[in-house]
Amino acid sequence: MTGLGAGSGPGPQAGRWPETGAGPLQEGVGAVPRGAGALKPGAGIAADAGALERYFEETIARDRRIEPRDWMPDAYRKTMIRQIAQHAHSEIIGMQPEGNWVTRAPSLRRKAILLAKVQDEAGHGLYLYSAAETLGADRADLTDRLITGRQKYSSIFNYPTLTFADVGVIGWLVDGAAICNQVPLCRSSYGPYARAMIRICKEESFHQRQGYELLMTMMRGTSAQREMVQDATNRWWWPSLMMFGPPDEQSPNTEQSMRWRIKRHTNDDLRQRFVDMTVPQAEALGVTLPDPELRWNAERDHYDFGEIDWSEFKRVIGGNGPCNAQRIAARRAAHEGGAWVREAAAAHAAKVAARAEAAA
Amino acid sequence: MSSGEISSTGMGTGSGMSGEPRSNWPLFEVFLRSKRGLNHVHVGSLHAADATMALHHARDLYTRRNEGVSIWVVKAADITASSPDEKDPFFAPSGDKVYRHPTFYEIPQSVPHI
Repeated sequence: MTGLGAGSGPGPQAGRWPETGAGPLQEGVGAVPRGAGALKPGAGIAADAGALERYFEETIARDRRIEPRDWMPDAYRKTMIRQIAQHAHSEIIGMQPEGNWVTRAPSLRRKAILLAKVQDEAGHGLYLYSAAETLGADRADLTDRLITGRQKYSSIFNYPTLTFADVGVIGWLVDGAAICNQVPLCRSSYGPYARAMIRICKEESFHQRQGYELLMTMMRGTSAQREMVQDATNRWWWPSLMMFGPPDEQSPNTEQSMRWRIKRHTNDDLRQRFVDMTVPQAEALGVTLPDPELRWNAERDHYDFGEIDWSEFKRVIGGNGPCNAQRIAARRAAHEGGAWVREAAAAHAAKVAARAEAAA
Repeated sequence: MSSGEISSTGMGTGSGMSGEPRSNWPLFEVFLRSKRGLNHVHVGSLHAADATMALHHARDLYTRRNEGVSIWVVKAADITASSPDEKDPFFAPSGDKVYRHPTFYEIPQSVPHI
């Protein structure tokens, strides 16, 4: 597919309306809007830039949304593109672990549910790519960055789905953790991202509930099925806790992100919230969370839990998890295998348009 | 990339006759009427080779749970927008016309139904 070349990376390029800076009005994203200069004749560009920055800071301080065609600092734009792209990639790669079970789902009901869920993940990825494009990023370029390993996705999807219980545990724990992470992002200062998150969160609730229901059904089954659920829980618990990212003291960007209100809680806060939510769910289900140090701490009013193996986290993030290569290879194969379809559709559209013009 | 390159993807404008069509599809903005009686509202964007495909993609992407009864798709390049800055003088003409609002007029409380 053409248009995938390097050099079209995210940055202060022209974008499109309605969500981006330039397009019909031919203003570069990040350029000084006409209005600002016109209001203050004689004021230099530097003075205007200061005013724009103050306006940006004020908008955020008042908890208002930054919209695509607003002036924003380059660092904010870059950070947002990276955050949204990484989230979009996670949704797209996230189709694979569960997608593996679509053909082997144990009933038509489960297969229909799983198909709908995997479709939702695709949809979430597309909402998010759409939001990233409002910042001047190019969708084809983002895909290229994903399949060449230049942008990351959540490390959780580099683990294999060994049994059908994994489908349930992913819904319960992985989507549960995602909900914890994403609900506060519905109030992200970046408007299009916040709006995408609202749509996504509504749909995630179905994901988590179908997973938990699946597990409840298995727990009512044979002892082999109950063991399957426990085994899947054992394998996914710790990676789920890692989804919240490194501990606060090792998360240098958190402070800036909180100031920009593109992150509303620290990694450790969200992780704690997830643990507190999940323990009673595990009890209701009748599984044991694989952490001997997990216990209620009345003083803190929270559950204490054991040390996370951050070396594993780093290993998986660094490309050496059980399925990293497989996930990227599958995404690349799908993208390259679909190239002829994209080209044929474009050729057909061009032909139809040319005929219509000739007839006019 | 630029908006021009994307929006001119193998579409019309005469050049489609000779030049090779780009495989990069143009961007469409999607508007949804969620139920009868309401306006179409912008919900997002997607890429498609042409308007018909954009409609199908919009249905698959934005109405998986009966969120809409009608969809509009518009090529992003065909939209003209005002500047978003609230302080933009573009909107200044309405700023000082308080008499356009009903609350501008004082009517005694004893007068009913007004």
